[in-house]
Amino acid sequence: MSLRVSIPTPLRRYTEGAGLIEVSGESVAAALQSLTEQYPPIKQHLYNDEGRLRSFVNVYVNDDDIRYLQKTETVVRPGDVISIVPSIAGGSGR
Amino acid sequence: MNDGCREIEAEINNMLTIKNADYEQLRRHGEETYPFECCGVLLGQFTGQDRVVQEVVGCGNTRADRPQDRYHIDPKELISVQRQATGKGLEIVGFYHSHPDHPARWSQTDLAEAHWLGCSYVITSVDSGVARDTNAFVLLGDTEENKRLENEEIHVASPVEDRTICR
Repeated sequence: MSLRVSIPTPLRRYTEGAGLIEVSGESVAAALQSLTEQYPPIKQHLYNDEGRLRSFVNVYVNDDDIRYLQKTETVVRPGDVISIVPSIAGGSGR
Repeated sequence: MNDGCREIEAEINNMLTIKNADYEQLRRHGEETYPFECCGVLLGQFTGQDRVVQEVVGCGNTRADRPQDRYHIDPKELISVQRQATGKGLEIVGFYHSHPDHPARWSQTDLAEAHWLGCSYVITSVDSGVARDTNAFVLLGDTEENKRLENEEIHVASPVEDRTICR
């Protein structure tokens, strides 16, 4: 069983079209580092200039938001799927 | 193209193709949730610069604080939709929402909160509970810093064409 990251449509242009990428690591931070080492151009879309995850980038481990776990230090195991989900929001905003 | 698209006069270089039944479904969703904004996901395929919708999935609007002029889709719901799409060989190609008693044009909020580069954002104006105009915009650019929403033509397939798209 492998640890995988689910890539949203707009970022697949940086993963040669792949929607699921196998990564290594025992935490979300390590797994995402494994992802950005495989596909360096994806990094600027996930992190801001201070090296923190961009505010609109949601990260889930299976069905759980890492904000309510241990954030990027959340432990991951083989078989888990880490989902990167850019937020979907807006409105007429009068 | 529906009448509502005629007010968009700028040059159009992109196209969203959608079955008539799906098009009516997303417009009806805006009527059902009126006076609040509806929202949902467009599943389908990318074909070059264009997007072809194969399925429309309605989602809940989590902005209970001001649903009349804001929408937000729960990421957890999106993960579920993504899984369904992958199982069917489809991709998320765009999103839709409604503007109750407001034009079907993107707002600064819509642009600021749009992050799915290359995807379509479809907006339907709903006047006094009746769906009026439906316009599509594609989010272009390479980064958050240079992203922009551009007009996109909507090709609503006729019932005969619907069968071709479904094939």
